[in-house]
Order: sequence, then C-alpha cells, then structure tokens
Amino acid sequence: MAPQRDVAIVAFAQTDHRRAVPERNEVELIQPVIRQALDQVGATIADIGFTCSGSSDYLAGQAFSFVMTLDAVGAFPPIQESHVEMDGAWALYEAWLKIQAGHADTALVYGYSKASPGDLPRVLSRQLDPYYYGPLWPDSVALAGLQARAMIDAGLIDEAEMAAIAHRSREAARGNPHAQLRGSDPLDELLAAPYLSDPLRRHDCPPITDGGAAVVLAAGDRAREWSKRPAWIRGIDHRIDSHNLGARDLTVSPSASLAAAKAGVSEGKVDVAELHAPFTHQEKILATALGLGDSTVLNPSGGALAANPMMAAGLIRLGEVFRRIEDGEADRGVAHATSGHLLQQNFVAVLEGDPR
Amino acid sequence: MLEAPLVIEYPFNRTTGPVIGAFLTGLREQRVLGIRGVDGRVVCPPVEYDPQTSEPLTEMVEVGAEGTVTSWSRVTTPRDGQPLGGAHTLALIRLDGADTSMLHVVDGEVVTGDRVRIRWADEREGLITDIAAFEPVEGGV
Repeated sequence: MAPQRDVAIVAFAQTDHRRAVPERNEVELIQPVIRQALDQVGATIADIGFTCSGSSDYLAGQAFSFVMTLDAVGAFPPIQESHVEMDGAWALYEAWLKIQAGHADTALVYGYSKASPGDLPRVLSRQLDPYYYGPLWPDSVALAGLQARAMIDAGLIDEAEMAAIAHRSREAARGNPHAQLRGSDPLDELLAAPYLSDPLRRHDCPPITDGGAAVVLAAGDRAREWSKRPAWIRGIDHRIDSHNLGARDLTVSPSASLAAAKAGVSEGKVDVAELHAPFTHQEKILATALGLGDSTVLNPSGGALAANPMMAAGLIRLGEVFRRIEDGEADRGVAHATSGHLLQQNFVAVLEGDPR
Repeated sequence: MLEAPLVIEYPFNRTTGPVIGAFLTGLREQRVLGIRGVDGRVVCPPVEYDPQTSEPLTEMVEVGAEGTVTSWSRVTTPRDGQPLGGAHTLALIRLDGADTSMLHVVDGEVVTGDRVRIRWADEREGLITDIAAFEPVEGGV
C-alpha cells in the first residue's frame, strides 16, 4: 500500500537476547526497552498518540496477557492502544494505518515474549489447523525440515549452502551486542554435526529466545524533530499463503513476492535487507521471493538465526534497517517479517532515508 | 513456595461442517475422502473453499489408502501427543487419486518417492488420528 502521509521509524531499542530470563516477568523484560526507545526521541508516553503491541497468550500462558504488560507503558496518562496476537511487525502495520488515517501523529510499537517457560516447538504446533494438523502435534523444527527437504529435492539448495547461511549470519552477529548467538563454529564442523531433524542440523535452526523490542513511529515534521535521519516507510504490505501445507509448493513464497511487489521493493536499489528467516533455507526462499541480488547486504545483524524472540524478531528486522539508515550506513533498505509455520504469512516494508 | 498446575484448555466443541466432517466420518469407516477443486484437481484432506478461486467446493472424491511420500523430516526426539511414541518420520503424503499431500507420520524411515500405506487405528472416532500412522509398502515402486 502506498502511503498518504510520510511516516518514519525514528527510534528502536531491543533487549539483550538470552535463552532464558527467569528473573524477570514480561513487564520487567519490556519496560526498560520501551523507556530506551522513548528516551532516544526525548519523549514521554504523553507524546505518543497510539500504542500497539504484539505478543502471544500461548507463550505467556494466560488469556489477555498483553493487558498486564501494559503496565510497562505506565498507568497514567490514559492511552489509546491496541494489540495483535502477531509479531510486533504487524503491530507496526496497525500503528502505521492509524497514522495514515489521521488518528495519530506518533506511535509506540512493541513486541515481546518469553519462550523459555514452555517447550517452544510444541507450543508452536498450536498455530496449526485443529482438524488435520493440530492432533498430530508436529513440532516446528520437523515441519521446517519438510520445507528444507522439498528445496533439497528440487535442487534449490544443499546442506552445505544452508550451513554457509548459518555461518555467515552468526559471524555477522559478532557485531551485534544484543544477539544471543555471536560467532559460529567452522563450516566443516557444522556439517559434521548430527541432524536435529533430518535434513536440519542445530545450526539450521533459530535459537529459543526470551526478549523484546520497541519502535517509535512519527509523521512528517515530528519525525524530522525526533530523528537526525528518519527511516521513511515508502511501502508496506503483508500477505498470506494457505495454511494447508500439503497444497503449497513449499519451495517458493508467493505471499512474500506479492508483499514485496506491493511494497515496491524493486523500485530502487536495496542497500540492506533484514529478512526474518528463522531457518537457514528460508533465507534463500525469501531472498528469491523479494528479488534481492548480490548488491544487497543480507541480515547484517545476524537475523533470526542469531536471536529469535517470538513476536519481536520481525519488529527487530525493521529496527535494524532503521538504525542503519539513521546512521548513514544505508540509504534504502527492506525489512521482512514472517508469522506462522513455513513462512505462511509475510510482511515487507521499504524504508528510505532523506538524501544526504 | 506455593505451586499450582497450569492447564490451558478450551472447553468448547466445534462443528466440523459438511466437508471436514465428511472426511473425519470417512476415516471412522476406513475411507479417505478428498474434494474436487475448480481446476479438477483433488485436494486431500479436503478443503471447504477452492485454494485458488475461493469458490465453495462440494464434490467429495474417495482416494486410496496408499500414497507417495512428497517430503519428509526425521523426528528422533518425539514429543507428547505425537501419534508414535518413538522415533518416526513426519511426512507429506500424496494419496493415490489426490493431487495434494496430507501431513502425517510414517512408522519407519522413508525418503521422497517411497510408497506408504495407512495403518488404521483399532478404535476410530472420527479424528485424523484414526490413521494411526503410515507404514512403508514393502517392494513399493
């Protein structure tokens, strides 16, 4: 969808991602991140027109868990807020719509989860349809293995290329102080490791993470006041493929391609792309679907292979592209988020800085 | 420290409707039903609406109890609730007469292209788990 108002990301903060953060609840986890994001622009919650969060009751283990987490925003003054049972990238989409509609000029967006209390691959099986798939309790890693296998069978990738994606991502994460997995074993050691769920080895899979992230959006002149170089959202779209895995061609992502086309990815050069690809083979599917070439730096943060907080890893992709535009490392970038199994839902945004 | 169990449950019933309901009822009778899509392809398990055009679908078609593995992933650490207690293969299986694949488990090691057949549960109640598992067809092509 093409924007009617100029809206930009102007601030971004995230937790130091860890396998488990048992000493803090969700409020205590995300509150400092929200504070950091607001501090970056010198704002308080009174300056924010709309607040939107992304989280999951299945991970929190209670209904309407996001209401409790609103304590992290503060009880006063009263706010306009909403929530999505999705990654925070979709919360950002709702906030962007709210600003486009003229109902707000600024927004706070955050996403968070603690995956550590449960068995995440099992919990994620509850995203599947309850008749044909759910009763089989298929875990998320084995499901991803079906997709990797389909790609290998089709000759689109091999295990060495998958290991190279893992190696490149986690080596890149050495420069990311927030990442959970920084650095990789050498390629030959990766490929000598046993399968976790053939054809996937441990390095092909994302870490399990407790963490969160927050972003501030602002329109027009407010964005210019709040950031030395706002990352303007030039295009934004999200699309979905069938939940019927057996009826999909698992080697491609039509919904990511469509979202990329609607967001206008190909209408300019892409300096940097942060793709939310939890499994190594999915990076290749997405890079192909988005039409990204060798001139684009892929996942310089390390991506979801270096830290994968559920409900925040997509929002973090937006934040990582914003930070590179604000710092002048990139002029135009693409952020992608996914939700569901095997890249079922895909979100794409094109971010661009003003000419330097 | 006080501790209490946390059981998440959704204590309501769902009506499965004319398509999913027919499929599940068929399983109870050891028959597998698909549905014919607008383009003539047979979707199994059946869907209520055409995957391409979203038109409502109604023509149920019986498919075979044998099929071909179209993708697979080996599960060596089984989890609670999975149909087989031990190591197994999660697979997509295109049943004979169908044009799409069903997700289920195979009791054994198979690779893409292998032939498998349904092993029915002794007691069937109209659930996908009425198919206890698939098993490799010996000498299958």
